[in-house]
Amino acid sequence: MARLELNALTKRYGDFHAARDVSLDVPEGEFLVLLGPSGCGKTTTLRMVAGFVEPTAGSISIGGTDVTRLPPWKRNTGLVFQNYALFPHMTVAENVAFGLEMRKLSKAETAEKVKGALDLVQLGHLADRYPRQMSGGQQQRVALARALVFRPDVLLLDEPLSNLDAKLRQEVRIEIRALQQRLGITAVMVTHDQEEALTMSDRLVVMSEGQVRQVGTQRELYETPASRFVAGFVGRSSFLEGELRDGRLVTQGGLALETPKPVHGKVTAALRPERIAVSAEPPAEGTNVFPGTVELVSYMGGLIDLHVRLSPSDVVVAQVTNQGGGTLPATGDRVYLSLGSPAVFPASDPHARGH
Amino acid sequence: MSVLPDRRRLGRWALNGAAGLAFLYILIPLIFVTWLSVYAQEIPSYPPEGYSLRWYGAGIANDRFLSAFWTSTQVGVIATLIGLVVALPAALALNRYKLFLGGAISNLLLMPLIVPGIVLGFALYVFQVETEIATGLPIIGSFWGIVFGHVLLVIPWTVRLILASLAGFDRTLEEAAQNLGADRLTTFRRVTVPSILPGIVAGCLFGFVSSFGNLEVSLFLVAPGQTTLPIAILQYLEWRIDPSVAAVSVMQIAVIAVALLVTDRFVKISRVV
Repeated sequence: MARLELNALTKRYGDFHAARDVSLDVPEGEFLVLLGPSGCGKTTTLRMVAGFVEPTAGSISIGGTDVTRLPPWKRNTGLVFQNYALFPHMTVAENVAFGLEMRKLSKAETAEKVKGALDLVQLGHLADRYPRQMSGGQQQRVALARALVFRPDVLLLDEPLSNLDAKLRQEVRIEIRALQQRLGITAVMVTHDQEEALTMSDRLVVMSEGQVRQVGTQRELYETPASRFVAGFVGRSSFLEGELRDGRLVTQGGLALETPKPVHGKVTAALRPERIAVSAEPPAEGTNVFPGTVELVSYMGGLIDLHVRLSPSDVVVAQVTNQGGGTLPATGDRVYLSLGSPAVFPASDPHARGH
Repeated sequence: MSVLPDRRRLGRWALNGAAGLAFLYILIPLIFVTWLSVYAQEIPSYPPEGYSLRWYGAGIANDRFLSAFWTSTQVGVIATLIGLVVALPAALALNRYKLFLGGAISNLLLMPLIVPGIVLGFALYVFQVETEIATGLPIIGSFWGIVFGHVLLVIPWTVRLILASLAGFDRTLEEAAQNLGADRLTTFRRVTVPSILPGIVAGCLFGFVSSFGNLEVSLFLVAPGQTTLPIAILQYLEWRIDPSVAAVSVMQIAVIAVALLVTDRFVKISRVV
């Protein structure tokens, strides 16, 4: 349990930057999630912390000690692998005991800690099984127990849920988070699943092309995305592209939007689907109200997505709650959308900071 | 079964029949040797005049067979161990690193399997003669001369089968071990070796069997009076053709079969070969 600091960490393969100037400060006990599309450098960053990838430049410190040049076996991190990486020739108990054995604990102490760790993940009764005799979810929990039993300074999780089915994923997600909070352990998780990232983390790091794009709490990232990329990656957004004319954003299709701040040149407006109000009649008040035609209705039970065409070149997604009773919107319906005031970003670069 | 359409049933019969014939073809020599070994008469002729186990006794009592058996066993075991020591690092290097000429090296290590035994034996003989002339060391006809020849027979098997095991080995297991605090050597000992053990055991077993049964290479390398079992059998057959040779062969087959079965009980070599 310790503070983890990454200082301008860079990994270069030839001309390719797998990670560039990644600086992060993870206070003791925080659950930090690295989020980004595949190839964004999140896994490289995690593997540098674990010691499997040697940084080209920059430094890593755990609990105030510089570990940049230490081999993996001297770092005291607990890593949970995507495919669990349980030793197939050892029983569950032997797997969990491995890290303690390497730390030369006495037999009695090892046995006691193994039991404690397995009880922690509710697998005490399966200690003598072999990994292949267990389900994916159980293997996942063994991997977690194995990574936690020796009290690592930092818990590292590499897409730990991607091999589980949807229902189990939800359960394990909550379990991991509860365990991390109970033990007060510093944790870094890598994922490309934004829902996972949003529900598990204290803070999120959005990465792309090897660089950190934004760091913040879920709420900060959702409410004030720094760039068009973040707006699209954290939560959903519809984008309207246009140009500034007479203080308004005018799209190619001729929509003229009021923007909260004066903008210049070519810009992109990002709209959250659930923040768009939908009505059958023109609303009495509201900013950026436009009529449109429903093109697609996607029914998801409690929520309904409406794809609404506002002009020949502008389509936005609006999400409405299913109130029951009344008639549901249907394809071809004429509706009015109140878009509210959108977040606006320069159109040229998806990573450029917004206005 | 009865619900299968006629043509599919016919197809199944044909397939089973073909498989049965193939098995029979493989087993017939074994069956005949075994049958011959229990003939009562000295000159094999059909029909047998009666059955007896006396040739087994004769085979075991024959000093030449016995000492040849020990020589073969010693040569086989030592050659296999040396072959393993050479093959393990070679297979690891071929599996893990993009070696310059890696493909060529891999093929070169399989060469002894492809080159006819008689050619290999003759080449080794010439090499050892030349080396002996150049260095003055007594190599020709020495025990170690045969052993080093047989190492070449073992290497293709050990390299191939260890490579096959390594191909199925998930290297994140090694990372997991290192993350848990194991240095490279401990990781290799505790995780890598147990995972590729079936390949190591299978490679050694096949290597040993190919050394144990080898005739062509040994013929060139043995000294007078010091023979391996296949050579002893051949020499015996030059003078007599009584069933004691068959009995010795059956015992040899039995030893190898038991070795295979016992190892498979502990290490699932059937997963590799």
